[in-house]
Amino acid sequence: MRYHPLSEADRSAMLATIGVPSVEALYADAPAETLLKASLDLPKGKSELDVERFFAKLAERNVPASRAPFFVGAGAYKHHIPASVDHLIQRSEFLTSYTPYQPEISQGTLQYLFEFQTQVALLTGMEVANASMYDGSTATAEAALMAHRITKRRKALLSGGLHPHYAEVVRTISRLAEDEVETMGPDVGAVEELIARIDDTLSCVVVQTPDVFGNLRDLTKIAEACHKNGALLIAVFTEAVSLGLIKSPGAMGADIVVGEGQSIGNALNFGGPYVGLFATRHEFLRQTPGRLAGESVDADGRRSYVLTLSTREQHIRRDKATSNICTNSGLCALAFTIHLTLLGEAGLTRLARVNHANAVLLAQMLADVPKVEILNESFFNEFTLRIDGDAAALVEKMAARGVLAGVPVSRLLPRAGLDDLLIVASTEVNTDEDRDAFVAALKESL
Amino acid sequence: MLDRPAMVEPLDDDKTPATFTGNRGLDQEESLIFEIGRLDATGVDIDDPAPVATRLGALERTAPIGLPGLTEPETMRHYVRLSRKNYSIDAGLYPLGSCTMKHNPRSNEKIARYEGFADLHPLQPQSTAKGALELMQALADWLMTLTNMQAVALSPKAGAHGELCGMMAIKSAIAAKGESATRNVVLIPQSAHGTNPATAALLGFSVRVVPAAPDGTVRAQAVREALGPEVAAIMLTNPNTCGLFEREIVDIADAIHEAGGYFYCDGANFNAIAGVARPGDFGIDAMHINLHKTFSTPHGGGGPGAGPVVLSERLAPFAPVPFIRRNSDSFELVEDAERTQSFGRLTAFHGQMGMFVRALAYMLAHGGDGLAQASKDAVLAANYVRASLRDVMTQPFGDRICMHEVLFDDAWLRGTGVTTLDFAKAMIDEGYHPMTIYFPLVAHGAMLIEPTESESKASLDLFIATLRDLAQSAKAGEVARFTPAPRLAPRRRVDEALAARKPVLRWTASAAA
Repeated sequence: MRYHPLSEADRSAMLATIGVPSVEALYADAPAETLLKASLDLPKGKSELDVERFFAKLAERNVPASRAPFFVGAGAYKHHIPASVDHLIQRSEFLTSYTPYQPEISQGTLQYLFEFQTQVALLTGMEVANASMYDGSTATAEAALMAHRITKRRKALLSGGLHPHYAEVVRTISRLAEDEVETMGPDVGAVEELIARIDDTLSCVVVQTPDVFGNLRDLTKIAEACHKNGALLIAVFTEAVSLGLIKSPGAMGADIVVGEGQSIGNALNFGGPYVGLFATRHEFLRQTPGRLAGESVDADGRRSYVLTLSTREQHIRRDKATSNICTNSGLCALAFTIHLTLLGEAGLTRLARVNHANAVLLAQMLADVPKVEILNESFFNEFTLRIDGDAAALVEKMAARGVLAGVPVSRLLPRAGLDDLLIVASTEVNTDEDRDAFVAALKESL
Repeated sequence: MLDRPAMVEPLDDDKTPATFTGNRGLDQEESLIFEIGRLDATGVDIDDPAPVATRLGALERTAPIGLPGLTEPETMRHYVRLSRKNYSIDAGLYPLGSCTMKHNPRSNEKIARYEGFADLHPLQPQSTAKGALELMQALADWLMTLTNMQAVALSPKAGAHGELCGMMAIKSAIAAKGESATRNVVLIPQSAHGTNPATAALLGFSVRVVPAAPDGTVRAQAVREALGPEVAAIMLTNPNTCGLFEREIVDIADAIHEAGGYFYCDGANFNAIAGVARPGDFGIDAMHINLHKTFSTPHGGGGPGAGPVVLSERLAPFAPVPFIRRNSDSFELVEDAERTQSFGRLTAFHGQMGMFVRALAYMLAHGGDGLAQASKDAVLAANYVRASLRDVMTQPFGDRICMHEVLFDDAWLRGTGVTTLDFAKAMIDEGYHPMTIYFPLVAHGAMLIEPTESESKASLDLFIATLRDLAQSAKAGEVARFTPAPRLAPRRRVDEALAARKPVLRWTASAAA
């Protein structure tokens, strides 16, 4: 087997050193009846060529985003990733290293995490950020748990504009951790009366902007109402590129900002791996989940980086830890950091403007299509269409015409009576031809 | 002993080489992007946006963000230079016990990047992702066959997330029996990973520690004594974190089941037994499998991982959404928990697809027998290290057969003036990443070594020779080789206390000025 360096002669020599007759003897501690007597019913090993053929066949049965006019968003977005990002994250020293427990030989990882934390803090308008979470949805759940610890209350209020899957993740963990959650009804037009629901029993209010329907939300008044009642405002985003163009959640008064970082540097990957961003105020640092890279000095006084404040974490605090998280999304955080370094403020702003302009162009074209209505007052690169009919069926019909049109709201909210709504995203990858194809397929499919 | 690695210079107390290799041309100091970048610099050329009337409401950003940019060549150089400050499994043996640093095949990286996988959106119509669903089911089938379990939840994002998934299923099963109010204690051995008690506590369970026997394993009798009607589950790692097979695991499973509780097995060490024994035959109810350990998806400097959870018949109905349903001729992703007993949703989408591809590629390359060979070679390598060092280092539970990792303690260092930490740091000067230290907590000054099946005998021999040499040096009182170490790494010892006392977690313009 090409991955196993030991020869039979090596194995024999090693067994002799150990002083046992066979490898089987090394499993003597296992109850004999549990040791397999014969091979499992599994195929024989394959050559590299045959493994690649197997996967190539499976891959052919999927329609990748780059092979169709593509308008699917609702939590994950198709963006162009510069080739240098993927090249750099495949450097052996990044790809095949472990969590940087030995700082003297892990400065590469630790320094990029420090850079990542700074970039995330700047982007979200917050004071500090951690070294990443699994994804935006789990970061949101962790933020709610953190708010409970800080406020010593155990009830979260979720906006009806929060991605329904994110809301489900928060509700699942809250139900099993015996915390309370109230969820507002689906809020397609960003008109919900959230402030009226805020009182001093809440630990936090969770609001997404741009929300799942694409609307931009001003968080300022919600933040004021939260703070007046001793609750924290958790701001969520699923499209990190939007932060290049719209006001940061921190500037609008958020206490914890969480989001999905996939849009910057990371491929769609059918849902993962992605990278959760987590930022907050300095005063809440010791309640923050996850790894933190901090600055220090080495024995020679040289600036150095090291994992820090680990007394919050499971490997030290065990059942008193702020979270059970251990492995996070290091390599995806690196991809995020490299792509954002390539963009810089100038590039990010421009990228965000192109995304917005492409969405506006599509919206303008759709304004002329009968039986279709855009429900958004405002949007960044995503909006919600009301169509005359069932959106899920429309998406299938448009897919049959080679256009991947968007996410039917019924896929996210199956029993909400919103079967005629379609969430459509448009990024820098969309061309005039893509938009024409979208409109043509839409007209034919309605 | 064998020749020492060529990169190691003889140590001289008056001289501290500035770099790991002694070659300044290859290892430069590198500033932060915030110190070398410019607000107007960019490495991405983007056309002007179409002139449109914006739809941003009044929420357009007006203040600058402060994000520096670099052109493409500068970016390349910055991150390549940073990369050179890291150790990696590609560069050398990485004996971190419990972490399983084995070879990461590059074919798996190539396949994961096929656009038919990497460029698929989780919410595009299922009719356009049939191959992806079939791939997920194929991975699930392999995992169920290897473990002899009845169901698998693919969505957990890492080992600890898998623990959460398994314990949520257990809590849901207890609720379904109407026992939520009474069953609220989880038994956990002292040697467990910190994630186990953290997970149990997150779900409102209280933790009761089960003592280990003097041989480092848990006795069924000790479990029986800790059991009661209030016990919801036991969380047990097998092989355990001391690298030992839990000999009484079947009896322990019987005991917990007789008491009406569930058996959560931490599968972090499944790589010792994959293809050799099946956890389902031990009587477990749930176990997470770290694809980034047993099935070699790269650790990436701390993630991403993937932690699918195999479940017994009793827990299968509570598995989280989404899950795959096999229809007559196709696979369907069930995303709606309504009208099922599913406990809900763990993450926004379907799990770590990028890791599924790599793990399945690893499985197909090995085949069933190849996976068994990998497990056996890993166990053989750990025992070879044990047998080759047992006369110079001490083991907390006596010299006995271990699984894929061998645990030493610091009894042999007593009185030398050298600590486990010093010993670990001195290994860096010899060109090695240290083993896991001070874990598990049951061994004083623990040193947990996991060589994996990826090392040749020559590589193991050199590693052993180096550790023997260091051990003899420590025993001879050559403290100067240890307490100032490392001297040849990109950094000397880093002041961790300072970092924690005055946390600086980001760059700021004012601090720099």
